[in-house]
Amino acid sequence: MQPLTRTSPALELCAVDKSFGAVHAVRAVSLRIAKSAITGIVGENGAGKSTLMSIVYGLFQADGGDILIDGKEVRIASPCDAIAHGIGMVHQHFMLVETFTVLENLVLGAEGGPLLAKGLAAARAELARLARDYGLAIDPDALVADLSVGEQQRVEILKVLFRGARILILDEPSAVLTPQETDQLFRILRALTAEGVAVVLITHKLREVMAATDTVYVMRQGELVAERRTADTNPEELAELMVGRKVLLSLDKEAPQRGQVRLRAEGLSLTDGQGVAVLDGINLELRAGEIVGIAGVSGNGQSELLQVLAGIRKPTGGRLTVCGRVLDVDRPVDPAEMRALGVAHVPEDRRRQGMVGAFRASETAILGYQAEPPFSRNHLLDLPAAFSHCADLMARFDVRPRAPGLPSAHFSGGNQQKLILAREMARKPKVLLVGQPTRGVDIGAIEFIHRQLVQARDEGCAVLVISAELDEILALADRILVMFEGRIAGEVEAGRAHERSLGLLMAGATLS
Amino acid sequence: MTRNALPVWAEIVLLPLANIVLAFLAVGVIVVMIGVNPFEALKLLVLGALGSKESIGYTLYYATNFTFTGLAVAVAFHAGLFNIGGEGQAYIGGLGCGLAVLALDSILPGWLLIPIAIVAAALFGAAWAAVPAWHIVITTIMFNFVASALMVYLLVNVLIAPRSMTPQSRGFGVAGQLPSMPGSALNLSIVLAALCCVGVWVFLWRTPTGYALRTMGHNPDAALYAGTDLKRMTMLAMCLSGALAGFVGVNELLGVHHRIVLDFSAGYGFAGIAVALMGRNHPAGIALAALLFGALQQGGAELAFDIPGMTREMVVVIQGLIILFSGALVQLPRPWLQAVFARGR
Repeated sequence: MQPLTRTSPALELCAVDKSFGAVHAVRAVSLRIAKSAITGIVGENGAGKSTLMSIVYGLFQADGGDILIDGKEVRIASPCDAIAHGIGMVHQHFMLVETFTVLENLVLGAEGGPLLAKGLAAARAELARLARDYGLAIDPDALVADLSVGEQQRVEILKVLFRGARILILDEPSAVLTPQETDQLFRILRALTAEGVAVVLITHKLREVMAATDTVYVMRQGELVAERRTADTNPEELAELMVGRKVLLSLDKEAPQRGQVRLRAEGLSLTDGQGVAVLDGINLELRAGEIVGIAGVSGNGQSELLQVLAGIRKPTGGRLTVCGRVLDVDRPVDPAEMRALGVAHVPEDRRRQGMVGAFRASETAILGYQAEPPFSRNHLLDLPAAFSHCADLMARFDVRPRAPGLPSAHFSGGNQQKLILAREMARKPKVLLVGQPTRGVDIGAIEFIHRQLVQARDEGCAVLVISAELDEILALADRILVMFEGRIAGEVEAGRAHERSLGLLMAGATLS
Repeated sequence: MTRNALPVWAEIVLLPLANIVLAFLAVGVIVVMIGVNPFEALKLLVLGALGSKESIGYTLYYATNFTFTGLAVAVAFHAGLFNIGGEGQAYIGGLGCGLAVLALDSILPGWLLIPIAIVAAALFGAAWAAVPAWHIVITTIMFNFVASALMVYLLVNVLIAPRSMTPQSRGFGVAGQLPSMPGSALNLSIVLAALCCVGVWVFLWRTPTGYALRTMGHNPDAALYAGTDLKRMTMLAMCLSGALAGFVGVNELLGVHHRIVLDFSAGYGFAGIAVALMGRNHPAGIALAALLFGALQQGGAELAFDIPGMTREMVVVIQGLIILFSGALVQLPRPWLQAVFARGR
C-alpha cells in the first residue's frame, strides 16, 4: 500500500465547522480522503460524522472551512453541486421508488431528455457496463419492491455510480444487511477502489472498519480525535477513542433466575394477504427472569412474530397466553390492551413505529401511554407531567441532548432508541419485547442498552429479543430460538451456542 | 431535519404576513395593468372591509364562515386526511339545522331551539363526512355534488314554502333566529366560531385523543403501535371535520337567511382549504387567515361596486393570487426570514 497522505487526495476538508443553534456539531475538522482507497469515519451517534458528510454532499452548509476536490477549492451548495463534482452518497435509509424498476430508479433525476425510451436504453447499456466492471449484477427490469435489502442497496450504489461519482460516501451501509450481504458489499467497494474511486465508509461497527478500510478517522463530540492506518490499530483502541474511555466489548451476567411463564404461544400462525404462511405453528414460552433471543436471517418471520406478540397484527391461527390471559383468533388483542396486560414493546423500526419525528421528545416519551395517568387527567393531557417524565427518562438512560422540548427526529438513532427503551421500561413491564435493540446504535450505547436489558431480566421481567446481529443474541440471550421460514427451527441453550451451529439452523438445517 | 427552524410565532404570524405582502405586490401590478390606481384600489378595499361599523360586521360575518371551514380542513389534515368535501358538509349541516328549526320553532323557545339546531348542524355535517370516511372509494368531493343535487330536490319538491315560486323553505320563527348586528350580517355565530377555535386547539394539543389523532397524521404505523384504532380515529377526525363545516349552516341560515335557501355554502368549503393552509393548520392562524379572507370578501365586493374597471371577476383574481401566495408559494419567503433570524442569533 502507498503512503496515503502523499498521493493527491480526492477530497480534502480544511477546518470545516458547523453549529445548529447551540449545538456545535462539527468543530474545525480537517481530513483527507484518498483516491483508490476506503476511508472509514467512525464515531458514536451524534459525534458529527453524518453531519460532516452531509456538508460534503451539500445537504448542509458549513459555517466555516474549505472543501477541496482534487486539490481545487469548491463550493457545494446543494446535492446537485455535489453530484456535479463527482460526489455520490448512499444513505442509510434508501431513497428508492419501490414501484419503479431498477432501471427507472437509475435514471430518476438523470432521464436524459423529454422522452424516457432513449435515456432508458442508454442507462441499460451503462448498467451492463457497471455490472461487468464492478461485479454489481442486478436485473434491470426487476421491481425495487421485489428486491432484497442487499440488492436495494446495490441499486443505490449503482445510482450513484451512474451519475459518474468518483467519491462514494456510504452512511452506515451495513445497518440493514446480513453478514453475507455485508461481505458482498465490501467486495464491491474493493472493486470500486481498484477503478480509482474514493470510498468513504461512515460506520460505528468496528469489525467492519477493521475488515474493510485502509485508513480510519475517529470523531468524538464533533471533533476529529484520531487518524489511524487500519493495519496499525485494533478494535479496542478505536472503541476507546470513540467513547473517550475504556469500553467492555463483552457482557457480564449471572445465570437466569427463571420464574413463572409470562407468555406462551401455541401453534401461533399468521397467513398474509397472498396466502403465504408467514408464521407457521410457532410454539414458545417466555418465563419471568430470562432473556429469550430469536435469531434468524431477516425475513424469516421474526418481524411478524414480534408484531403478533405485541398485538399489532392479528394471528390467523393458534393461541397466545399472556400473563394468564388467553387470546386467540376469536378473541384477538390490540396493542393498547397488550400494554394494559403489562407487555411493553420496543419496535424494530423506531422511526416508523416507535416515535413521531415531528413530535417533541416529551411527546414521544408518552406514546402509547398518553391516555393514562399521570399524562392524562380528566381527558386532558398534562404536558408538564410528560415533560418532567421525559426529563427523568433522559437522565436515567443518558439520552443526549437532555432536551425534552427538541423534536424527536433531531436526536441521533442511539439516543432515540434509548428514549424509546426508557419509555417502555419505565412501567416495569411484566414482558418486554425488543426488536433490534441496537440497530444503528453506537458502541457506548450498545453496552448501556444491553446492561439495561439484563437488569430488567434480573428484576424479574420476561425479555424477548429479536435481532439480526448474531453477536447480540449470543451476548444477551439465556435461550436462543432460531427462526426459519416462519417456524422455530431449533432451540439452543445459551452456554452451548456456537455461531456455526446457529448458522446451520438459520440456513434451515436441523440439529440432530 | 429542518435546517433553521423559525420560532413558532414567526411561523404563524410573520410567514403569512410576508406572503400577503408578496401577494399584494403581485396584485398591484395587475391593478396597474387594467388602468386603475393601485393605491386608490387598496384604499377602497381596506375602507370597504373596515371603514364602517357595518363593513366590519360583514367582514366578521364572512370570517365566521371561513373559520368554520378552515378548522374543518385543519382537523382532518392533522389526522393525515384531506377533506375537500367541506362544501357539501356545510350545505348538509345547514339542512340539518334548518330542519330542526322548521320542525320545532313553534313549540320550543329560542334558548332551547338554537342549541338543538347547532347540534343538528354538527350531526348532519358529520354524517356527510362519515360516509366517505367509512368507505374510502367514495370521496368527499363526490359528496359535494350529491349534497348539491339533494338540496335542489328538497327545496324544489319537499321543503318549498306553500304558494311560493322560489325554491326556498318557509321563514324560520323568531325562536330559530340568531340575534344579529343591525345593518350587517354579523350574528352570534361568531361566538360559536371563537369557541370552536379554542375547542379545536384544546382537543388537538391538550387531549390524549387529539394526541393520538396527530400521531396518526404524522405516522400511522406509530399510531397503530401506540394502540390507536386507525379506522375509528379516521372516522372521528372526519366527523369532527364535517361537524365544523356544518356550522357554516348555523351562520348562514340561523344568522342571516332565516330560511333554508340554495347555495348558501357556495365557495366556503373550498376556501377553507386556503384558510387552513394560510393559517398553518393552527386555530390561531386560521382565525387570522379567516379575518383576512373575510376582509377580502367584503372589501372586494365594495371594490367591484365602486370602480367600474374592477369587475367581480377581477376581485376573484385578487383573492386567487392571495391564495396562490399563501398556499402554493407559501415557502417562498421562508429562506429570507430564516436568514434574518439566523443573523439575529
